[in-house]
Amino acid sequence: MSPITLILIAMGLALAGWLAGRAKAWSFQSADPARRPVSRPIYHAWYVALWVILPVLGFVALWAVIAPQLVLQSVLASSAASALPASGFERDAFLGEARAVALGLAPGVFNDEAEPLVAPFRAAIAHYNTIGIIITVLIAIAGGALAFLRLRPEFSARTRVERTVMMILLVASLVAILTTLGIFVSLVFETVRFFRIVSPADFLFGTVWGPDTMASPDRVDPSRYGAVPLFWGTIFIGAIIAMIVAIPLGLMSAIYLTQYADPRLRAWVKPLLEILAGVPTVVYGYFAALTLAPLIRDAAVAVGIANASTESALAAGIVMGVMIIPFVSSMADDSMAAVPSAMRDGSLAMGATKSETIRRVLFPAALPGIIAGIMLAVSRAIGETMIVVMAASPAANLTLNPLEPMSTVTVQIVKLLTGEQSTDHPATLSAFALGFVLFMVTLALNFIALRVVKRFREAYE
Amino acid sequence: MTVIHPNMTDANAKIRARDVCVYYGDKLAIDHVSIDISPDYVTAFIGPSGCGKSTFLRCFNRMNDTIGAARVTGSIELEGVDIHSGAMDVVQLRARVGMVFQKPNPFPKSIYENIAYGPKIHGIAEKKADLDVIVERSLTRAGLWDEVKDRLGDPGTALSGGQQQRLCIARAIAVDPEVILMDEPASALDPIATAKIEELIDELSGRYAIVIVTHSMQQAARVSQRTAFFHLGKMVEYGPTSEIFTNPIEERTKDYITGRYG
Repeated sequence: MSPITLILIAMGLALAGWLAGRAKAWSFQSADPARRPVSRPIYHAWYVALWVILPVLGFVALWAVIAPQLVLQSVLASSAASALPASGFERDAFLGEARAVALGLAPGVFNDEAEPLVAPFRAAIAHYNTIGIIITVLIAIAGGALAFLRLRPEFSARTRVERTVMMILLVASLVAILTTLGIFVSLVFETVRFFRIVSPADFLFGTVWGPDTMASPDRVDPSRYGAVPLFWGTIFIGAIIAMIVAIPLGLMSAIYLTQYADPRLRAWVKPLLEILAGVPTVVYGYFAALTLAPLIRDAAVAVGIANASTESALAAGIVMGVMIIPFVSSMADDSMAAVPSAMRDGSLAMGATKSETIRRVLFPAALPGIIAGIMLAVSRAIGETMIVVMAASPAANLTLNPLEPMSTVTVQIVKLLTGEQSTDHPATLSAFALGFVLFMVTLALNFIALRVVKRFREAYE
Repeated sequence: MTVIHPNMTDANAKIRARDVCVYYGDKLAIDHVSIDISPDYVTAFIGPSGCGKSTFLRCFNRMNDTIGAARVTGSIELEGVDIHSGAMDVVQLRARVGMVFQKPNPFPKSIYENIAYGPKIHGIAEKKADLDVIVERSLTRAGLWDEVKDRLGDPGTALSGGQQQRLCIARAIAVDPEVILMDEPASALDPIATAKIEELIDELSGRYAIVIVTHSMQQAARVSQRTAFFHLGKMVEYGPTSEIFTNPIEERTKDYITGRYG
């Protein structure tokens, strides 16, 4: 019996409670305006329904955790369990196998030792399922009855229902926050494990990156875990080359679209530009790796740079810049369009030309939004993976030459986590440390962007 | 159709408009208006909402150009030069004909930069010292200097509504215009700030030709020497303010003045 079934049962009961609550509330109706019930019947109905469903949801969540434990306990207490090894890997494997067969997830046991455990598992699961259903139904009925009995003409069901709905909305918004927090904690945990093996100073300031994935975990050379080349590659590709492409193109297109373009043209071009943001990044990756990178190499060779690479930072950076043009232009567009037209008229009436008005009034007024757009674009670019995986190099390289191969943090994370090392090898753990740094940087960028927007909005409004 | 009181055509008029029509798309918003604006007086445009008085005012500095659908016909001359001809650039025109809007619209810059904006654009002052002089003079003329002289670096938007409007007037004055157009300059302000603006208009008249659009007949009576009454896109009557308010010729003017409509 899965939690889904329990919830379906509860929903049926909730519907019954809803109908009963409404029926009772209808009986409160009175022709005398002074004696009309405080809340409309629909709120009484929802009040009862919520009292059925919410306690059940709480119980189901709890039961989903407790029931497997209870099943396990009862199986271990059975006589068949005495033949099990006392502890360790085999014991867990047998138990897991027997459980899977009992639940119908596996066709049969692989280890014969698990066979005698299947029957006790079946029995225990059936036993606790029955108990679960009974408790669910009891809770639903008890909650519903309690709520039903409280219904009175003067009972304010509406305020309670609304308060409950508000709490549900609050919980929904907390889920996202708690997930972020959970990701953060798990990253921190793995990162700390990595830093026990390689010191943060070696990691953050070392200039050689080349984790030896074949080396035994207890004979690690910390000097091969210097992440500076990766940080540099990430910044060079994502924050420098990409921005050199994206900022001018994005801003100029935003200025053209908001200030010069005919509205009919704008209605066409703006959505088209925003489609760029919807192109899967792997498609950009193809373009970078198969079209642009060879072009750049050929061009470089043609002007006499013989050692130009096909995996150049330039190709990845340019394509990434194209990818984030919509982020820059759409934020710039929105914030320029949000500048009051009174501001523009004031400047034009002073005899300023259109371009003077844009440069001296509209652009400065829209600057906070533009800066925030750029920061979000940077944080997007340095976290971008597919383009660099396909177009940039897997080999870390600390150089200023954009024609040379370069690697980024995200490329290394992919490389390290798709390898075949065990999860506690420092090479694997270093991926978490890299992810942690990336996470902190993008978090800081987003945080600053929001602060910038807020501060300037206060100043200008 | 239009009643113009004697002595209203002026040989040395600052602005001379003849048969001006403004269309918004197909709609006729201003219907053959002719008027002479004297350099020495404050001229008020009054009339009910939607009568076209603001639209007509915006013809004088070609602000209607910024509205795509608007089209202006007829001739408007500033000191004898047609403002739509190639002989006058719109940038030049707007430097000579300043404008103050209904809602104060200081730029999101410092008080100082707000005033210095026009002089910098038009190349009137390059050096900081020259700009300082212009800023002080403009703010003084707008009656704002004493209130802001210690905080010229503060944002213009941080001032009160009335101060912001005087800042906008100072901004217009800074490029030394010949005409100042005011489009209901006090309608967003409280009575005390309004009184200050009216006082200021009085002080500025004579130095600049001032044209003010106003909803308030009392305001027109207080600040102007000449009044034009607009109704449904036409100029109904134009004459000395005292005559318009005490002894109007047209029936519609009389009805509006006495509050029968509008």
